[in-house]
Amino acid sequence: MKLIMCAGPPTSGKTMVLRQVTRRLLAKGTRLAYLKIDVQFADEDEVFQTEFGIPARKVYSGELCPDHAGVLVLGDAVKWAEKQGADTLLVETAGLCLRCAPYIEGSLGIVVLEATSGMNLPRKIGAMLTLADIAVVTKIDLVSQAEKEVFRANIVDAAGIDVLETDALHGIGIDRIAARIEHAREVREPMMLRGSPPMAVCTICAGKRQIGSEHHFGVLRTLDSDLFYRGQ
Amino acid sequence: MAIRKISILGGYGRDGNRDPVERVDLAMGDVLSIVGPTGSGKTALINDIGLFAGENTPSRRRVLINDAVPSTEFLDDPSRNPIALITQHTSFLSDLPVHKFLEIHARIRHSGRTGSVVDDTLEFANQLTGEPIIVDSAMTELSGGQSRALLIADAVIIGNSPIILLDEIENAGIDRSKALELLRKYEKIFIFVTHDPHIALLSNYRIVMKGGAMQDVITTSAEEKRVAGRIDQMGRVMDELRDRIRGGELLAEEELRVIMELSNLQSISQGSI
Repeated sequence: MKLIMCAGPPTSGKTMVLRQVTRRLLAKGTRLAYLKIDVQFADEDEVFQTEFGIPARKVYSGELCPDHAGVLVLGDAVKWAEKQGADTLLVETAGLCLRCAPYIEGSLGIVVLEATSGMNLPRKIGAMLTLADIAVVTKIDLVSQAEKEVFRANIVDAAGIDVLETDALHGIGIDRIAARIEHAREVREPMMLRGSPPMAVCTICAGKRQIGSEHHFGVLRTLDSDLFYRGQ
Repeated sequence: MAIRKISILGGYGRDGNRDPVERVDLAMGDVLSIVGPTGSGKTALINDIGLFAGENTPSRRRVLINDAVPSTEFLDDPSRNPIALITQHTSFLSDLPVHKFLEIHARIRHSGRTGSVVDDTLEFANQLTGEPIIVDSAMTELSGGQSRALLIADAVIIGNSPIILLDEIENAGIDRSKALELLRKYEKIFIFVTHDPHIALLSNYRIVMKGGAMQDVITTSAEEKRVAGRIDQMGRVMDELRDRIRGGELLAEEELRVIMELSNLQSISQGSI
């Protein structure tokens, strides 16, 4: 099973990119299945089912971080996709705090960023970008060429990964993403996360709400700490 | 790789009919206009060129460089991308100061000594816009005309792109005669999407778009070049009137009559230009 993990901030265009990619891959005979991991509402599974007739489902993470939920359910999801006769599973995850990375060893990790989100965004998000295999930049028709070039250079500086620019709404720049998916490897058991994201193991996530690092234990940080988080 | 020419190979218009124009070839130094009513497919055509379309855009057109399929390195590395596209969007999203932003872009483009390149870019931009750009102001504070002038200067000097696509610069509030005059000094391919007869007639060729398709390619004749001179004069009359309205002046019928007559007399005395 090829596992394609697609992450990115809300409204960055993940679903639109995956829809365009799905259209191209189905035309080439790829057998796809789709899973959406979201917090408490999602209807993309219905979109993929009705638009393309592929097996699609969703899972709500509820009180958990969506990436935490992903760790718990992805093994079952791969088995489900196999049972459906798929050879490639597309997983779209809701990006929330932008610190975690849902990517699995051997999967193709795609981070979707919008060109309009500010040139420094690539420096602001951590493992979701730095542990991905490719960055897809959407909405390139909305920014000037100069800014597009600077945004791209900032991604390369922060993560050193391939950048593919798209105007997914008009289906532009999609072929190269589809080609990367076609050439992706199969995932193998045991599946492992690529990095160790700060999932719900800290005192704050466990419910301690008092402000100030002196009230907490585990991974602590003060205002003066200087650290660019890369998910290692 | 030195670019000698680019070619646009016909695809399909909106209704699925083939482009009547099968192929357009442009050599270095050529100026091309793309004309046609709103919605006729002008912007789609320059997007095809900007993306090096390879039957992978809605029009299924193809773009060749030196008669060959462009290398993907052009798309993978922006510092090698030979095409700069100046779109109708005139707003910046970055709130960096102008000089900072230009320095970053010059560094990414490896365009030589950053300081002097940035100065040259600002000087070029300031010749196109009525209100000089203040280098310490944020990119987001620039007016529409200043933004467009800066984007053109950036593409020509920092980008040093051999092929420059400009989408409707007449709407940008910049001096377009000056822009054409300055741009002609650079050995590049310029492609204008335009509704402006003066720009269209100063080009070597114009592609006429209709229903999403490339309908015709017209080579500008010697007669049309003379017509362009007259249109330029008419444009200057309009510019003069516009400047006076902008300056808060009132216009009288008598004055307008005098201006028209003067411009008539000038053109007669100059004969055919």
